[in-house]
Amino acid sequence: MKILVCISHVPDTTSKINFADGDTKFDTNGVQFVINPNDEFGLTRAMWFKEKQGATVSVVNVGGPETEPTLRKALAIGADEAIRVNTEATDGFFVAKQLARVIEEGAYDLIIAGRESIDYNGGMVPGMLAALTGANFVNTCIGLEVEGNEATAIREIDGGKETVKCALPLIIGGQKGLVEESDLRIPNMRGIMMARKKQLTVLEPAEVAGRTAAVKFEKPAPKGEVKLVSPDNLDELVQLLHNEAKVI
Amino acid sequence: MNTPLPPSRGELLILNKKTMSILIYAESEEGKLKKIAFEVASYARALAGQTGDTVTAVAINAENTAELGKYGVDKVLKVSDEKLSAFNARAYADVIKQAADQEGSKVVLISSSANDKYLAPVLAVNLGAGYASNVVALPESTDPFRVKRTAFTNKAFSITEISTDIKLLGLSKNSFGLKESEAAAAEEAFSPSLNDDDFSIKTESVDKTTGKVTIADAEIVVSGGRGLKGPENWGMIEELADVLGAATACSKPVSDMGWRPHSEHVGQTGKPVASNLYVAVGISGAIQHLAGINASKVKVVINSDPEAPFFKAADYGVVGDAFEVVPALIEKLKEFKAQNS
Repeated sequence: MKILVCISHVPDTTSKINFADGDTKFDTNGVQFVINPNDEFGLTRAMWFKEKQGATVSVVNVGGPETEPTLRKALAIGADEAIRVNTEATDGFFVAKQLARVIEEGAYDLIIAGRESIDYNGGMVPGMLAALTGANFVNTCIGLEVEGNEATAIREIDGGKETVKCALPLIIGGQKGLVEESDLRIPNMRGIMMARKKQLTVLEPAEVAGRTAAVKFEKPAPKGEVKLVSPDNLDELVQLLHNEAKVI
Repeated sequence: MNTPLPPSRGELLILNKKTMSILIYAESEEGKLKKIAFEVASYARALAGQTGDTVTAVAINAENTAELGKYGVDKVLKVSDEKLSAFNARAYADVIKQAADQEGSKVVLISSSANDKYLAPVLAVNLGAGYASNVVALPESTDPFRVKRTAFTNKAFSITEISTDIKLLGLSKNSFGLKESEAAAAEEAFSPSLNDDDFSIKTESVDKTTGKVTIADAEIVVSGGRGLKGPENWGMIEELADVLGAATACSKPVSDMGWRPHSEHVGQTGKPVASNLYVAVGISGAIQHLAGINASKVKVVINSDPEAPFFKAADYGVVGDAFEVVPALIEKLKEFKAQNS
């Protein structure tokens, strides 16, 4: 089985979010970048398929050279090879078109992406990949098994989960649950050394017109001071929620 | 004598424009439209007011479509098809695409439910539409078409410009609210042609808790953190949720330790929460947690540590021992309910 894991290079979850150039660009100053958490759960599941079922695992990212440390980290975790499409990831459709080309050329059986990146939260790349390539697609995937050419996937739905079956090729929008938090791997020294020697192919992008563009960013209005209520006067809290906040 | 004034330039443009319809997908469950469908309808009505369009809804196997009229829907395309009784992203996207084609819709609106987010990107490609998810307000302008959406998991907003002729918008729950506006909701049967390829994914089983409010649909969410010391102490969280008619949720460490199921984990890598009221008990308020619940309107924190970061993000706070505050609050709420029912 040939697996492709799509990796977004995103600010660490603890990052303070600021903008530059008149609020038109994300300010990367002092920001630590990581593998998008939703993608990392998928990558870790891919490692399981590699170890238990002999799958090969490639990772791909659409981004500039500054994203290579993130790809190297995926290699250090155990991916076999990496691909970088050398262009700025500006729009979900644009990214999906670049990745669709990689998928078609590589004839992958299983493509694992995260349900969304934690920076732009577009939540569109895996679904668009499915529509562009004709592959099956399961979003918000929290469990995945593959037997021969057939996959069994568990999808999180509002208020529960559902189990589905389908043939490969399959595209997954993954999230926590594909593996547990405690299954995530920190690259060891041997992995890091080996990652240096693994193939990282740089592809030039296809010419595609984007369909959306983030033209400006705003930060939420600063929060007013919290109203503290004494634990001995919870009637006041009930009244505030009823009369002032009007939520009960 | 009063001579009628010539219409202003803006009015002329609208008069000369062919009326088009904004299409909404009205999501239902077991034959009943979901509340979010009415919110999407309310948004579409307001947008139609800006652009001079009409509002058409497409609904699949839903009974109570007349209710859409209350929220300004002019026409309802009713699809009744056994094959669509279980949700299927590709087939549903196909239905919505065919409805949009028939109506010549330039704007298509859906919600941010799990199913809508699943079908949206497929629909966007099929329509050749630019797609903006998590939209929180009416467009700032319609030419160029710019909408505000959340980004960086609620730590910021992005103004997104959609440059395609057809636009697909996913409305964030609770961001617009329900706005009544009487319209006809004239029903029309709609029979899309479905393709066998649409059904290549087979649903084996659906495992859904019944009779419980889900985090996605809840108006109120009560959430517990590590401050509760162990899973055996969740009884009072559930009781508080019961009194409030709320869903229960938890912080990441709590789900990582297995005290509560993953499906209750809210935060950046868990579920997003956009409820009217979010009550956090014994949750310190890590930045990732706050990001995930930031879209909630009113936040209450109960924590023994006055330095907990959650107090900076909350509207109301109680500094105190959860094991004393929560049972006392349950009693007060019961009294309140008895007086107000």
